[in-house]
This record gives sequence, C-alpha cells and structure tokens, in this order.
Amino acid sequence: MSTSTMSRTRTSAPAPKPKRRRPVARAGGLGSTFTVNALLILGCAYMVLPVVWLFFASTKNTADLYGTAAYALGEPAFFENIMAVLNQDGGMFLRWMANSMFYAAFGAILGGLISVMAGYAFDKFQFRGKDSFFGIVLVGVLIPNTATVLPMYLLASVFGITNTIWAILIPVLCNPFGVYLARVYSAAYVPAETLEAARVDGAGPIRSFFSLGLPMMMPGYITIALFQFVGVWNNFMLPLVMLQDQQLLPVSVGISIWQGYSIPQPEFTPMVITGSLLSIIPLLLAFIMLQRFWKSGLTAGSVK
Amino acid sequence: MVTQAPTKPSIAGQPKIRTQRKARAMSGTGGRTAALFLTPFFTIFALAMVAPVIYAIVLSFFAQQKSGLGFGEAKTSFVGLENYLQVLQSESFVGGIGRLALYCLLYIPCMVGGALAFALLMDAAVARARKLFQLLVFLPHAVPGVIAALIWAYLYTPGVSPIVSALETGGISLNFLDNQMILPSIVNIAVWEWTGYNVIVLFTALQAVPREILEAARVDGAGEIRAAISIKLPLILPALSVIMLFTVIGTLQLFTEPSIISKATASVTSTWVPNMWAYDAAFNRHNLNQAAAASIIIALMAAVLSWAVTRFSSRNKA
Repeated sequence: MSTSTMSRTRTSAPAPKPKRRRPVARAGGLGSTFTVNALLILGCAYMVLPVVWLFFASTKNTADLYGTAAYALGEPAFFENIMAVLNQDGGMFLRWMANSMFYAAFGAILGGLISVMAGYAFDKFQFRGKDSFFGIVLVGVLIPNTATVLPMYLLASVFGITNTIWAILIPVLCNPFGVYLARVYSAAYVPAETLEAARVDGAGPIRSFFSLGLPMMMPGYITIALFQFVGVWNNFMLPLVMLQDQQLLPVSVGISIWQGYSIPQPEFTPMVITGSLLSIIPLLLAFIMLQRFWKSGLTAGSVK
Repeated sequence: MVTQAPTKPSIAGQPKIRTQRKARAMSGTGGRTAALFLTPFFTIFALAMVAPVIYAIVLSFFAQQKSGLGFGEAKTSFVGLENYLQVLQSESFVGGIGRLALYCLLYIPCMVGGALAFALLMDAAVARARKLFQLLVFLPHAVPGVIAALIWAYLYTPGVSPIVSALETGGISLNFLDNQMILPSIVNIAVWEWTGYNVIVLFTALQAVPREILEAARVDGAGEIRAAISIKLPLILPALSVIMLFTVIGTLQLFTEPSIISKATASVTSTWVPNMWAYDAAFNRHNLNQAAAASIIIALMAAVLSWAVTRFSSRNKA
C-alpha cells in the first residue's frame, strides 16, 4: 500500500457526517453526498423501471398499450386483463402457476434437504476419498445447466418419462452448489463439540443430525431452499424440452407460448403482460420477506 | 475456492464409500454414516448429470441413416467423431460460438464493471439508504429470465416502448431489434438480470474490509477514490474472481433470452447461439446424435473456460 506517499488529494470539502451506525465516517473525495446518491438512484432506476413498466402496461387493453404514454394509466383494464388471463383455456394459467409452485417447492424442500445432508456429511464425517467426492461436487457446480438438458432429455426418452412430471422432479433435486453452500454452513453453525456431546449421550448420527445439526443449520437450509426455489421457478429450457402436455407446463413456458400466439394475434399481448406480472409476484414477495437469507447465501457463496 | 481442474464426471458413478470401512476414527463419524448421508445426493447426481452425459457421449458416436427413399427402418451405425466434425464444420454453429464470444466481450466488462462501480458507490461513506438500494438493485434477480426477456422485448418494440418513443422525440431513431443492435440489446437484458445479484456479493465483501485500514488510509490523506482503488479493490479480489467464474459459466448457458427475443424479431435465428443450435438439431432437424455431440462440445467449452478462469484467478491471488 502506497498511501503514505500520497499528497492530499481531497478536493471537496468533507461531507457532513452521515448519521450511520458505522463507527468511522469517511468523508468523500468521490464528490459529494449528492453525486454518490444520485448515481445510486440512477442505477436503481435502471433496475426498477422495467418492472414498473410491466405494472403500468398490465393496466391497459391492446389499443391503449399501443396508443397511450408508457407510464400513464389507460382506460383501467387491469381487472379485465386479470380475468382474461385467469379464464383463458379454462383456467390454464392457474394450472401453470400451481405446477411451477409444485416443481419449485419440491426441488426446494426435498432437493435442499438432500444437499444439506450431503454438505453436512462432507463437513462433519471423516471418510476415505472425501476430497475426490467433493471434487466431483465442484465439477457439478461448474457444468452449465443447459449443457445437460438435452442429454437428460435423450436419456429420459429411453426410459419413456419425457412429458411426465418425473422428467422435471428428478433433475430439480440435483443441486451441487447447494452441497457446497451446506458444507460452509455446517462448518459455521454446527460446533463439533455439540455433536460429540450428543454421541457420548448415546445419540446415533442420524438422530443427532435431525435433532441437532439440522435445526442449527436451519438458516442455511432456508437459504439453499430459497435459491433452489428460484432456480426451478426460473428454469425455462428443461421444461421446454421435456414437456409437451400443456397441463404439465410451468408458468415460464406457458407464458412463452402465449407470447408466440401474440405475434399473429395482438389481443394476446395484454394477457402476456398481465400474466408476466402475476407470475413474478410470488417471487418478489419471497425475496422481500426472506431478505436476511438471500443476503447470507450470497455472502457464504463468495467469501470462501 | 475451486482447485480441481474440471474433468468430465464420467468416472463418477455410484458412491462406493460403503466398502471403505477402515477409515473410521470413531463410531458414527466414519464412512458408513457418511455413505448414508451422501447416497441420496450422489444417486440424484448420477441420474441427473453423470448418466445423461455418458449417454450423450455414446449417442454422439452414432448416426441414423435412412435407407433408400427414407421409408423403412432407420439404421444406426457407428460413425466415430463424424458428428463432432459436422457440428464444428457447420457454419451456423461456429457462427453461434463467435456470437457468444462477442457477447462475452460485451457482457462481462459491462456487468462486472457495473456491479463493481455500484457496490463501491454503495460502500462509500456518504451513501444513504443502503438497505433500500440493496433491495431495489436485487429486484431484477427475482424476475425469471423468460419474463425479463419479455419485458425488454416490449421495451425494444416501437409503438409500445417508452424508450423508443423518448428517443424519437429526441430525434434519434434506433431499432433495438435490427441486426446491428440485437447483440447489445440481449447483452443489456443479461446485464439487467445479473448486475444486482453481483452488487450484493461485492457489497458484502466490501463490508468485510477492516475499517481500521480505511481509516489509516484516510489519515494518510487518501481520498475515497484512491482508497477504493488501492485498498478495497485488492481486498475483494477473491469475491471478484468467484463472480468471474460464475459469469463465464453463465454466459455459456445463454438460451432463454435469445429464444424469447427470436419470436419478436428475425434478427435472432433459430441457431443463434450454440444452445439454440443444439435445441434446433434435436427438435427441428430431428438429429439427436448431432444434438448430443453439440451438447458435449458446449460442456467441454465450459470445462476449459472454468479451468482457465480458476487458473488465472489463483495465479492472481498468489
């Protein structure tokens, strides 16, 4: 660090001390409070405005969508649009949402548990070949999902399980990155002494996992499950490849089918937009309510 | 973080820990128990990753040949590496790789640079309302790729888009969906989806920078920018290299956004990127063997790239 040789470079007057909880207030050479916060607001506007646009667009019918200013409310058609979305093809949209919810929750809860168990074993047990097995997990982390989707389809068609829910439910259980995260969490949250004490008291390894290890790792489990949920909810290529039956589709593929209809038939456009809005609401709510968890997950994933 | 050079997981198979009983130190922490905990994961892993990849490798060495006029049974015969040669000689596949490379060149600096700048701004002493900014910047990550692509497809479409009409009133007419603009337009979608996620990763790393060091630098007269470049940046390099690794792997997955956009414009062909090429081979050209070969090539590219990134970043750290 060569900071000691620096001459004074501060150009602006020290900014007023922010009333933060941070102990040391560092006054800015990066321009004023104004510049920094203005840039932050600009960045956030870029992130937020497309979603806001989606909301405004969902209040319009086809004519207003093309005819009125983007961020103005048109003839209020919001509820009409919602009804149209819900009634199309005898409630197909709700079916898609339920499918998405089922696939994602299944992957999150069961797949998360499988990952947590494996990560816990890698952290707490000693066995031969541990490093090699963990190496295999890491290779799994590095293989792009989309590169395995077609091979999975090819294999699934051998077993005749394409176009069934198993073609989705089995792959969504596989989460190598979850194993990696779980190992980090197990090391951080579950002290070896506690397990040793349980062992001395006569608890077997399975019992001590379910009654001690798992409860202690609960925040990690929730985090892994949350990311798994989002991953499955957002997955597009796997269901696109595996499923043909509209009754089985998740909402991501369903909406893309409507988008296909909307090219020749513009009256589908408001439904695509409103359906998109409805389909992101569960995830938005989950993220807002579970802030603590995704932040900790991102930390654990990057620091180690 | 990752030290193993990625190799093909073809030898993984079932976990055989069960037989390795000798290694146990005390009862309940040894191989048998570990096998109990690891079997579910490795069974799924074998079913959902190893077996499909092996099967795809096998398929990629065969080809279906229709006899005579195309009626009758198709014959399957061993053709060695011919499928790979055909894929690699296909102009559209190679074009897709070129496009993907161009996409990386544009996307990685924009996204990582943007995330770094935003995280540093958020970490600056004078930044306000950090919690709110974190939540807002993370918002796009809660939007599925399909929906993100749909939203932006509309935001690129003249007549619907507020952006296009704003530019037009400013006298600029720009078609986001034409041949020149389509690549930057798709890069923008990916930047929108992933910047916030990485801002949070980098910001958390920045928060872990010891405040005493920054205070010392401040006493020595370093301004905020100088402190950011000479102190914060080197200290968050590990987080930055993890981001690079996952970003590079992520770019090879590119499929959802161009597939959605391809319905809105003819600029995106059905074989625009390698993943779309493989999908097209399987479902439109019905050549499963070529699709298998293409998938294996994509997985190999991912292996080579992530090996390169880990090599590069571990050398940087040393």
